[in-house]
Amino acid sequence: MAASPVQISRLGGIGAATLVVALIAAALGAVAWRAEGGYSLGPADWAAVRFTLWQAFLSALISVALAVPVARALARRRFVGRGVLIALLGAPFILPVIVAVLGILAVFGRGGWVNQLLGHWGFEPLSIYGLGGVLLAHVFFNLPLATRLILQGWQGIPAERFRLAAQLGLTPRIVFRVLEWPVLLRVVPGALALIFVICLASFAVALTLGGGPRATTIELAIYQAFLFDFDLGRAAMLSLMQLGMAGAAAVLALWLVPQVSLTGGMGRMVRRWDAPTGVLRWVDAALIALAAAFLLVPLLSVVLSGLPGITALPANVFRAAWSSIWVSCVSVCVLLALALPMAGWIGTSRRGGVEAAGLLGFAASPLMIGTGWFILIYPYVAPSSLALPVTALVNALMALPFALRILVPGVRDVVAAQGRLSAALGLRGWRLWLWVILPGVRPQVGFAAGLAAALSMGDLGVIALFADQDHATLPLQMYRLMGAYQMQAAAGAALLLILLAFGAFWICDAWGRRGAVSE
Amino acid sequence: MLGGDVVLYLNDILIELGDFSLRADLSVPAGRKVAIIGPSGAGKSTLVGAVAGFVPLARGAVTMQGKDITHVAPDKRGMAMLFQDGNLFPHLTAAQNVGLGLRPALRLTAEEQGQVRDALARVGLAGFEDRTPANLSGGQQSRAALARMLVQGQPLMLLDEPFAALGPALRDEMLDLVGTVAADTGAAVMMVTHAPQDVRRFADDVIFVEGGRAHAPQAAEALMDNPPPALKAYLG
Repeated sequence: MAASPVQISRLGGIGAATLVVALIAAALGAVAWRAEGGYSLGPADWAAVRFTLWQAFLSALISVALAVPVARALARRRFVGRGVLIALLGAPFILPVIVAVLGILAVFGRGGWVNQLLGHWGFEPLSIYGLGGVLLAHVFFNLPLATRLILQGWQGIPAERFRLAAQLGLTPRIVFRVLEWPVLLRVVPGALALIFVICLASFAVALTLGGGPRATTIELAIYQAFLFDFDLGRAAMLSLMQLGMAGAAAVLALWLVPQVSLTGGMGRMVRRWDAPTGVLRWVDAALIALAAAFLLVPLLSVVLSGLPGITALPANVFRAAWSSIWVSCVSVCVLLALALPMAGWIGTSRRGGVEAAGLLGFAASPLMIGTGWFILIYPYVAPSSLALPVTALVNALMALPFALRILVPGVRDVVAAQGRLSAALGLRGWRLWLWVILPGVRPQVGFAAGLAAALSMGDLGVIALFADQDHATLPLQMYRLMGAYQMQAAAGAALLLILLAFGAFWICDAWGRRGAVSE
Repeated sequence: MLGGDVVLYLNDILIELGDFSLRADLSVPAGRKVAIIGPSGAGKSTLVGAVAGFVPLARGAVTMQGKDITHVAPDKRGMAMLFQDGNLFPHLTAAQNVGLGLRPALRLTAEEQGQVRDALARVGLAGFEDRTPANLSGGQQSRAALARMLVQGQPLMLLDEPFAALGPALRDEMLDLVGTVAADTGAAVMMVTHAPQDVRRFADDVIFVEGGRAHAPQAAEALMDNPPPALKAYLG
């Protein structure tokens, strides 16, 4: 059957896509208008450009280079807790950045466990601030992501191939070359591109662990131009640089970025006969243990140090928590209102190119959009009074590319399975949505909403531009507590933030999975 | 050819999908049960898909009860259709699935709900109104889909091998039920099938699809008793 039978109105999708483009274009227009003042980039700005590219490149390279052996060990070995560990690899994706930074500081910071150990043995303490700290945090977030992407690729290799390889007595080296290497070639470019694009827009990590002339990303430079100098011309020029770089990278990544899935690599374990025994067995075990420790110890330290503090949180933390919950809810609603019509449009059109509209979110950085909207708003109202709505909106735009990657395949499946029946029965318009598409993609809607809720709950980005003392979200409040060296309260707030982010994800995702229908 | 009792007329149609092409110039009389047989890949499903409006025509016209429907949407053609699979929405109950055949709205009047209940009872599913497809057996799912055809009450029923996954006894039962439904509504039936015994049990006429051509319907019994060479080769 050749024709696509389903009649989804394109108007909704085109309207939503137009709105997304308009929101970003308005910000861009405002920025360009302010940049006309003729500010030319100085040496500090060029240093920020170089640092942004360099750290993103290194972050991607290190994350993927480490992920390959870890994923290989996980693919070959069976052990108790393997499923839990792989599930945990999905956690950093929705972990608030500021929480991870707190955990990393507790382990690798000046007074952290690693430096205590080094001091015990008479070594000089390591400083985490600067390029090293930024890379450490980026690898913390992206090593698990890369590991899962590679693992997911390898688990797509049919079990029969491994059986055949075992029957022929192929050595691990040959198995790698014949079976695993081709998959790696396919997955690695996408993983590199995805991590590079994510790290290009790094703000919260650079804000907390970088800074100074030698470790400032463009996003951070925009923020500083704003907050310290209120130099809108400079902020605007930097925003344009960021847009150009991230846009070019996003266009490159468009063809490389693999499907986003939190459950990737969770499938049935393939029995492997090629896993070497003896010494190499212990190498694999050590790799897995190291990766798990690198991931879990910082998290554990946050939980442990947060427990005493959570009962004695200051009132402003609770106020900030309510703001974050509000932002998260609005963000999810806006995201779904944009993503569902777009997914319906993209999922029923035969050209894949329209997906690019959603990927604009990758190219347009939060601080750029924030700068633009600040410029548009501040002649009329105090930007701080719109801090929370703007944050919710920008968070929704940032989650849009991920949501489309999750929703579009679901819509395609529903259309393939039930499209002709719906057409034969004359289901179209909102009835088609309500009775066929939404029930069919409910798991994907829940998952995308959960991602958006958690990302929005933990986001520390555009809110930093707009907020004043009265309008903080929980991540910003936590950052302020850290800045004031109230570490006890910060740790308590971090624990609360973890609970909120993962709780929000769990609620949405569980809602989606509960409605999953079986044939 | 265009008598008052012709329900469907394929006026010299041509279907082209890549290298594949299929021609047909034939009509189906009202109330007749027509089996569509032919080798795999000959285009049986494609022919039914073109009649239903899912496959575009390169040339020719489809006429339904004297009205040109070549460019009419699938649900406005006066046909009810069952596909090879996926004939029920998995998240809706049997009654809701049947109700969609009355009108594409899930809020039905009391009278319409009664119609749905009657239809389910007619196919032997009384008391199964609130079950979802996952809680129905394969045969019961087919019955529910047939109940929907019953309430649709269209003058032409298209069946694209909907019972292929059922065992022989159950398939015979379903064929008889199709006959009952068609008799109730007075509909003509066009059914794709692989099995010669289905033809003998069910069909008045046969459309043989082979070599890029759908041949005009011929009386089933005579054709099966004395098949031309191409059909003989297919039947083996």
